[in-house]
Amino acid sequence: MATKKRTLKASTKNDLITYAMLAVMFVLVQILTATGNISNLFEGLLVPLCTYSIMAVSLNLVVGILGDLSLGHAGFMCVGAYASAFFSVTFEDMIQPDWFRFLLALILGGVCAGLAGLLIGIPVLRLKGDYLAIVTLAFGEIIKNIVSILYVGIDENGLHVSMQNTSALGLTENGRVIIKGALGITGTPRDSTFLIGFLMLLITVFVSLNLIHSRTGRAVMSIRDNRIAAESVGINITKYKLVVFTVSAFFAGIAGVLYAHNLSSLTATTKNFGYNMSITILVFVVLGGIGSTRGSIIAAIILTALPELLRGMDSYRMLIYSIVLILMMLANNNEKINLFKEKISIMNLLQNKKRGNRLDKEANS
Amino acid sequence: MALLEVKNLGIQFGGLRAVDDFSMQIEAGELYGLIGPNGAGKTTVFNMLTGVYKPTEGKIFLDGKNIVGKKQIEINRMGIARTFQNIRLFRQMSVLDNVKVGLHNQIKYSTLAGVLKLPSYFKKEREMDDRAMELLSVFGLQDDAELLSSNLPYGKQRKLEIARALATNPKLLLLDEPAAGMNPNETSELMDTIRFVRDEFRMTILLIEHDMHLVSGICEKLTVLNFGKVLACGDTAEVLKNPEVITAYLGE
Repeated sequence: MATKKRTLKASTKNDLITYAMLAVMFVLVQILTATGNISNLFEGLLVPLCTYSIMAVSLNLVVGILGDLSLGHAGFMCVGAYASAFFSVTFEDMIQPDWFRFLLALILGGVCAGLAGLLIGIPVLRLKGDYLAIVTLAFGEIIKNIVSILYVGIDENGLHVSMQNTSALGLTENGRVIIKGALGITGTPRDSTFLIGFLMLLITVFVSLNLIHSRTGRAVMSIRDNRIAAESVGINITKYKLVVFTVSAFFAGIAGVLYAHNLSSLTATTKNFGYNMSITILVFVVLGGIGSTRGSIIAAIILTALPELLRGMDSYRMLIYSIVLILMMLANNNEKINLFKEKISIMNLLQNKKRGNRLDKEANS
Repeated sequence: MALLEVKNLGIQFGGLRAVDDFSMQIEAGELYGLIGPNGAGKTTVFNMLTGVYKPTEGKIFLDGKNIVGKKQIEINRMGIARTFQNIRLFRQMSVLDNVKVGLHNQIKYSTLAGVLKLPSYFKKEREMDDRAMELLSVFGLQDDAELLSSNLPYGKQRKLEIARALATNPKLLLLDEPAAGMNPNETSELMDTIRFVRDEFRMTILLIEHDMHLVSGICEKLTVLNFGKVLACGDTAEVLKNPEVITAYLGE
């Protein structure tokens, strides 16, 4: 019985450290903002930091917990961004107040991306390993490319969709074009704030951690560890793979909404929704330690902030970025550093103290 | 009625007839052994019984219901659980969690309840913990509950696999070479455990084994496979005296 209680605590403690870390970050940002000690550059980074942290945490579900390599995560972000920006631009004056419209946009973006995840997941999740990586990469690119030739307009007759040009939409005089192909969507209300971004990150982390420690999470991890054995104890592999993939896509969609509402014009390029982004997010997850939610956030924050903070160093910027990448990789795999990390970790300090007390008692008795 | 009835089972892999005209009957509560030289088709039989392979002909009845063509997870839910020849644990999960995965279809709550940590989550998790600890203590693993399963010594990994299979609450337990790689001490301890499981859980057990000491020690009945065909079957003592069996398997 005593052992049982300790196991429960170990995972809960670990989660609490993650939440504490987030709380400290939040308070720190609030203090810096209140005292005016925050630079314009850094202030502009706050929403992207939340966005990419959400992306990393959600991708970690697929890569770290399900154990499948997905390279199309930015595609789901793209779906969320476009769906929500379309909604916000169309209903900008109709739905008030702003926060309510943004809330609807967040839900819509998440649901659309989740649906896309479900639809793509059904065929794709039959594949394994490299093949899955290749096909998800392709789907991510397909989404990005379709979106960048998409023209959508609206008039009193309803929606008009075309893949050619604006005039092919056949709008009436009162109509307006909302998605303009390669030019994307312009005039999105800039609703994203650090507070909302942080709340979304908190929700993502909450759902992700609770999922991992639940019956569902165990089923998913058993598939990762040994598919054949998981099937032999009655785990429905297809179902749980789809659940994780959909949840992950949902949060990528939320990140997309934050992204879209942080810029006034939204376009789909390789840099923001293509494989470049997918791989950047994967780098966050891998460097943060595959399977570690806290690590994903830390890596996302360091690696998003670093290139921006180094802007002053101009041409040496990417050089330093790559050196940091290499150092993080080495540090992750270095036995001595890992031992040191274990030594200084809070959990271990507490446990050692307890063990020490117990030993003392035994010695005394 | 027999718990498991296998009739004229056969499977063909291309030009290879791995198992041919295999029949077997196991009564509830029996400890049954399946033996034979390497490559005789024993594990293939297990794979057909658990739905990994679909037999090309023949029928398998569990409690009178034909299970041929059903999926692995369906067969597991109907009451057949197994262990593997090469241990297949969930290596990056704790010993306790391995058993809790086995309880997946026994104690249920929805994904939503887990994500929102509703009261049912705490209640069912506690129930799972208790059941899992009970099973672990049957195998003397209660003190290792927190360890990663891959850090267990070999003998304990084998036991954990049996505990995980038992967690699915089967009627029939299939053990594929449970004593492989064990020393004589561990083997005799395992024999006690298997007997204990049969008596305590009123389990029916079918096992594949090469260790003749274990087979003659605990199996009540045997079926001998050779080149995919049944060579002999019946009470252990009789079968082991059969001259054909001795030449084919035990060696003269």
